[in-house]
Amino acid sequence: MKSLKKLLSVALVGVMCVSVLAGCDSNTASGQASAGAATETFKIGGIGPITGGAAIYGTAVMNGAQIAVDEINAAGGINGYQIEYKFEDDTHDAEKSVNAYNSLKDWGMQALVGTVTTTPCIAVADYTAQDGMLEITPSASSTDVIVNDNVFQVCFTDPNQGTASAQYIGEGNLATKVAVIYDSSDVYSSGIEATFVKEAENQNFEVVAVEAFTADSKTDFSTQLQKAQSAGADLVFLPFYYQEAAIVLKQAKDMDYAPVFFGVDGMDGILTLEGFDTTLAEGVILLTPFAADAKDEATQKFVATYQEKYNEIPNQFAADAYDAVYAVKAALEAANATPSQTAQEIGNLAIPAMTTITVNGITGEMTWQATGEVSKTPKAVVIKDGVYVAMD
Amino acid sequence: MKNLKKSSKDHLITYGILLLVYIVAEILIKTGNMSSLMQGILVPVCVYSLVAIGLNLCVGYLGELSLGHAGFMCVGAFCGAYTTKMLQGTINNEILLFTIALVVGVIMAALFGFLVGIPVLRLKGDYLAIVTLAFGEIIKNIINVLYIAKCSDGMKVAITDGGAIEVDEAIGEMWLVNGAKGINRIPHLSNFTIGMILIFVALFVVFHLVDSRSGRAIMAIRDNRIAAESVGINITKYKMMAFVISAAIAGAGGVLYAHNLSTLTATPTNFGYNMSIMILVFVVLGGMGSFRGSIIAATILTILPEGLRGLADYRMLIYSVLLISMMLFNWAPAAVNWKKKVMASINNKTSKKGQVE
Repeated sequence: MKSLKKLLSVALVGVMCVSVLAGCDSNTASGQASAGAATETFKIGGIGPITGGAAIYGTAVMNGAQIAVDEINAAGGINGYQIEYKFEDDTHDAEKSVNAYNSLKDWGMQALVGTVTTTPCIAVADYTAQDGMLEITPSASSTDVIVNDNVFQVCFTDPNQGTASAQYIGEGNLATKVAVIYDSSDVYSSGIEATFVKEAENQNFEVVAVEAFTADSKTDFSTQLQKAQSAGADLVFLPFYYQEAAIVLKQAKDMDYAPVFFGVDGMDGILTLEGFDTTLAEGVILLTPFAADAKDEATQKFVATYQEKYNEIPNQFAADAYDAVYAVKAALEAANATPSQTAQEIGNLAIPAMTTITVNGITGEMTWQATGEVSKTPKAVVIKDGVYVAMD
Repeated sequence: MKNLKKSSKDHLITYGILLLVYIVAEILIKTGNMSSLMQGILVPVCVYSLVAIGLNLCVGYLGELSLGHAGFMCVGAFCGAYTTKMLQGTINNEILLFTIALVVGVIMAALFGFLVGIPVLRLKGDYLAIVTLAFGEIIKNIINVLYIAKCSDGMKVAITDGGAIEVDEAIGEMWLVNGAKGINRIPHLSNFTIGMILIFVALFVVFHLVDSRSGRAIMAIRDNRIAAESVGINITKYKMMAFVISAAIAGAGGVLYAHNLSTLTATPTNFGYNMSIMILVFVVLGGMGSFRGSIIAATILTILPEGLRGLADYRMLIYSVLLISMMLFNWAPAAVNWKKKVMASINNKTSKKGQVE
């Protein structure tokens, strides 16, 4: 038995060594210092969850960015060079995200569109800062994401969304008593909740109930809704994603509780959720930079291409990713970058250029501050007869 | 070498293998032959190896199932990161800072192990599994509603209502633990060398424990509790000893984990039930009671999904197929028979060799 064990361990150690060595192959060299003088394409990477619970966001970003890349390539590329685009999965986990980043670095990535979700983005942003790489996140909305100078956001920050929502409700006199239900285990949701409640003090309505749930208990909201109802709330603020929001709407209907529901950009996508009865969402107001039924040409073209390619109506994540790629393009053009430069050289030129560019994207006209925050106007839409209608 | 006990020789082999892997890896890094992906994954490999060593002590030697080792890891990670954030600026030596964080993390994890152990280790049966499972989930949820901030007028703590604390970063106030956002901007203090040192220390501790009188008592309890009790072994004491050390090692893994990424959050993926099961998988596949096996299993199963990135979505499939085949290889009757045959032929050869000599 002992010899067998020895044999086995020798074999396994062999496997271990091989797997240690497995990553050290040919593409190492191109990934490091000499980002391939011969490369004639810009290498743009993307990171996000395309498996696991948050897969829907990562997939949307992957597809949205792909459409932008295809369009740019068809129109002649950036500074005359084509773009190569590669997306890696991070399963919404910080550690995996760093692995994904490292693997893209080995591939020779020169600018990053990502990561999709907040916590992994904070971890990756730390590494991109070390490497001096330009990083534009389509959807990681926490302010912690942009502490480094090299990271820029396409989406609103959480505090902005919370404040903007509170102001919108206050200024529009939408309610007098407001209840908040939020996911205390989620960075995005608790971030918005905190600033919403704070800003509510300055507004003409009262927050009568703040009820939390966690990722482990996101299938039943009857307790939270009952509390909101008994507190007499005539508006319920739902700063979280649409899967949970769909359950909230269904359960509120079942208990004959019909306040105004107010969501943020995570709510976008609820109308395309499989098996969701869209009549439930009637009258729901949400603050989102992107509406798939907008009448402008760019949006319609994007939506049509997305539907044709992926058989889905794109959500706000896809739109943000699409704009993020155009932001990278604008920055690289402003910086006069060429593919022969390393990620750091491009970063040195393109990062300062970010504050000078204006991107007229499908989520609005965007400019960036040196902090990395985006300036664009939030739009509020209300759902009527199963489609978004602009509020104003 | 001949005078050495068989177990000591076995331990030396384990140390030797680790040293070899370390040297090879360092050479590859220094000569620039290791990809960024591999370099990035070295610390996680150390983290999971450590936790697997800890759990193996509990499962393999104590014979108690713990489904909450991710919880102990979580305690270690948060206490360690918290300490670092507190002392950052006061202490500038990175090694010292990490050591203090490590000590705090390990002690806190051990303390929680002790607290969980007090009621549960007195019982027979699967209670430890149930209670540790609950423990892991509770810890995760507590951390998600815990807000601690360092403000100009002292520390402020809040449960659930983080909005009650006003933090103005412009004047040097900062969040230490910010609810679901966890701890952010943790300095990168972990590296492969520290990870390897921790593994060596952990191995040193567990090897000495299992070879000692206490270790024999622990195994006696595992093999036959009644017999052990009848010869006067204090069951609870020895169970507690093994379990607390096991939790402490998991805590050390947590501290290492926390200082590897700049952000630390308690999510179901990193400290949840699934992670506990994952660690148990490392232990079971590596062989219960074999620390070397745990390290090897943890290494392979951590590197593999990343090494297979090129295969995109299929890596999940291959990963699960590999898990099943490893399990079959270890336990299926046909595989066991085949191994016996191979073993017999090797034994024959070696005994013949012995005669010649």
